[in-house]
Amino acid sequence: MIHGVKGSLLAAVSLALVGCAATGGEAKSASDKPATAEKPAKFNKDPYPSTYRPYGGRPTAVRGVTIFDGEGGRIDNGVVLFAGGKVEAVGGADMAIPADYDVIDGTGKFVTPGVIDIHSHLGDYPSPSVDAHSDGNEATSPTTPEVWSEHSVWPQDPGFSRALANGGVTSLQILPGSANLMGGRSITLKNVPSRTVQGMKFPDAPYGLKMACGENPKRVYGGKGRAPSTRMGNFAVNRATWQKAAAYKKKMDDGKAVDRDLAMETLAGVLAGEILIHNHCYRADEMALVIDMSKEFGYKVSTFHHAVESYKIADILAKEGICSAMWADWWGFKMEAYDAINENIPLVYNAGACTIVHSDDANQIQRLNQEAAKARAAGRRMGIEVSDEVAWTWLSYNPAKALGIGDKTGSLKPGKMADVVLWNGNPFSAYTRPEKVWVDGALMYDAMDPKRRPVSDFELGQPGEGDVK
Amino acid sequence: MIRALLLSAVALIAAPAAAQDIAITNAKLVIGDGSAPIDGGTVVVRGGKVVAAGAGVSVPAGVERVDAGGRWVTPGIVAAFSRVGLVEVDAVGGTNDRNAPRTRFSAGLDIAPALNPMGSPVAVNRASGVTRAIVAPGGSSNLFAGQGAVVDLADDMDMVTKPRALQFVAFGEAGAAKAGGSRAATFLLFREQLLAARSYARNPATLAEWGNDAMIQRADADALVQVINGTTPLFVRVDRAADIVNVLKLRQEFPALKLVLVGVTDGWLVAREIAAAKVPVLVSPLSDLPDSFERLAATQSNAGRLKAAGVDVSVGVFDDDDAHKMGYTTQYAGNLVGLARVPGASGMTWDQAFASISSAPARAVGMEASIGSLRPGRVGDVVMWDNDPLELGSRPTAIWIDGKAQSLTTRQDRLRDRYATPGEGALPKAYDR
Repeated sequence: MIHGVKGSLLAAVSLALVGCAATGGEAKSASDKPATAEKPAKFNKDPYPSTYRPYGGRPTAVRGVTIFDGEGGRIDNGVVLFAGGKVEAVGGADMAIPADYDVIDGTGKFVTPGVIDIHSHLGDYPSPSVDAHSDGNEATSPTTPEVWSEHSVWPQDPGFSRALANGGVTSLQILPGSANLMGGRSITLKNVPSRTVQGMKFPDAPYGLKMACGENPKRVYGGKGRAPSTRMGNFAVNRATWQKAAAYKKKMDDGKAVDRDLAMETLAGVLAGEILIHNHCYRADEMALVIDMSKEFGYKVSTFHHAVESYKIADILAKEGICSAMWADWWGFKMEAYDAINENIPLVYNAGACTIVHSDDANQIQRLNQEAAKARAAGRRMGIEVSDEVAWTWLSYNPAKALGIGDKTGSLKPGKMADVVLWNGNPFSAYTRPEKVWVDGALMYDAMDPKRRPVSDFELGQPGEGDVK
Repeated sequence: MIRALLLSAVALIAAPAAAQDIAITNAKLVIGDGSAPIDGGTVVVRGGKVVAAGAGVSVPAGVERVDAGGRWVTPGIVAAFSRVGLVEVDAVGGTNDRNAPRTRFSAGLDIAPALNPMGSPVAVNRASGVTRAIVAPGGSSNLFAGQGAVVDLADDMDMVTKPRALQFVAFGEAGAAKAGGSRAATFLLFREQLLAARSYARNPATLAEWGNDAMIQRADADALVQVINGTTPLFVRVDRAADIVNVLKLRQEFPALKLVLVGVTDGWLVAREIAAAKVPVLVSPLSDLPDSFERLAATQSNAGRLKAAGVDVSVGVFDDDDAHKMGYTTQYAGNLVGLARVPGASGMTWDQAFASISSAPARAVGMEASIGSLRPGRVGDVVMWDNDPLELGSRPTAIWIDGKAQSLTTRQDRLRDRYATPGEGALPKAYDR
């Protein structure tokens, strides 16, 4: 109750602040001017600005814990200090704790950075998954770079709170689905309850563009009797679209007036390196072709998602500096997932390529730590040893870097966001759960306190309201 | 180096051995009936059956001994509700025998001839420690989905342990969709089909008299007669609390029905009613999202609360990938152990959790005397693990089914070995095997 009042006050203040910040620069609302023949430089690149502000918390010290810092570092019997929403220090048992800090004795427990899921559809395909909520695929054209997933996110999706409480997820990327070759822009969110999606938007995170290889686009559009209906059709439609975008961007770069085109704006943003490519792509041979396509048009793939065959080309992915976002053991549900193996994640890691564990699932986002544990064990059985603290990089720092927020969160370095999870045991055990989760230093979940258990509007007044979940 | 090790490991376990009498000694032995693990335990399998298991069991002369070296030894996992053997690739229609949406038959369908013991999911699921599975059809064009089977996952051509071991039907939203659009239609159609089957049983000529107006075929009637008289357990998918209560009431008119509830997501709301009805339940325990209006009260504490209320709870993996990922069964059971440590949540003890994936599903399908534990007389399905079987990443190091040593090698292992080192050598990867 108290928290609710405080939260709404903070939200009101932050709305005003962000409003100033967004209009203080050169950006002007598109509605101020004619919609055509306007130079893109004047288009507002942030018309739905983040209103997220940290919810505030006490200066806190967690001591006696095993710490995985998210960048591969480990401290046993360590201390984590955070205040003002930021990590202040991480150190050993001898580190001094300022007198006015709340002290949590975490003896026998573990502290990690919050889990970051680079692939989620929470909000776009929320619970309940009724037809009226099916907002993840604008499956009316194979290329829809003009749609933005944030315009589909329903902040009342109960799945967000499950990911927080059971999964320790503090940030996540919400992507459009994979019906389209170019599905639209993604959005990165802080995992906090909010009345609006703007209240969840990760401040200053770059946008992503969801692309999809393979079976889904050709099935969806081939089934409608239109292109693409084949993998070669996938590439033809993509290349024609990139060609158009390159021409649009050149016109802009040359200072010429262009008609505003929301699709081309997104693609020009990709070609300018401002928007990151997140490419659903299962098969190794298709990934290799996408890499060449990216070079043909001068963009970079941040991450291949669902990359079940990355192990076949892990050397190439390492050389190209492309991340793979993977499941531990999903396989066989479709033809392009037939060659998935349990050792994919450790083999990608072992080749020196960027390794990320992702969910794409409202259930599995609640236990990405367990998925990483299974993958690590599969690697160990074939002689690839990965320590706990290194495996944690798959869950926080690597996805943060791939999302362009690695300088802000994903590891417990001083000055970074205090996105922190206290686990009641080793998080690579099936017997372990989050005990406390802080987002920007604000305690958003506490297993010991039913009042720190978010209940979405949808759940209010329903059976099971406020229950342990 | 890595590859050499792998290849030698594969060579050792690749060939399935013939039936053997075997004693596994020095084990951390789990019986699977809810009792605590026994350190220094021994299990003896002769003629494909367990003859003794426990501490202080002597090994008969002439029986091959395997020293477990203190490792965990358990009965094979029983997948409580699955489609193992019915599907190779879900999205490749010709390999997917889960559903039969265009057949004119329903309850009479029998999955036994659709099972493919040579499919790669059988080997992959086996390698995760699953030795038996309750396999149900997905659905037909009508209300009843058809008859499932209890199967083994051995590396041989005979997969069926018990054919026609269950009949499956979905109530709730899925049942309403099949029956014509409402729950009222589901309950009426269910009743009318059973009454038709009963009439047919009394006088087979009635079916012919009904002609084209018959709502079921002869084969369906044959199968439903077995449901009415309690010979075939009726597995009912149901989630909403009110639906559960109404399904339990079906026994008022059909008292011999042997009900088993599947899903039961909101079951904790009516746990006492389920317990009083003495109806076993199969739950997918980590479902905690209100992903439909019939699962608004979903919580991972459902299994624990039902158990605490005295319900016979089995834990399975469904609403997920019920053909390929039976390996999740142990993970899900392990999560229930973890849940017991969360304030306010309900989970299970380790012993209860293991029983919920071995003897409990065997009991639900009426086969507790023959599968699901290492008590004497049960099949010789034995798994030796490299670690606590409910812990993440633990894997079997040896598996026996009906006393026969099984291959642990899968197609996935072959792909792993081929790509253990990235990059191609003197010849393409296609020559590397």
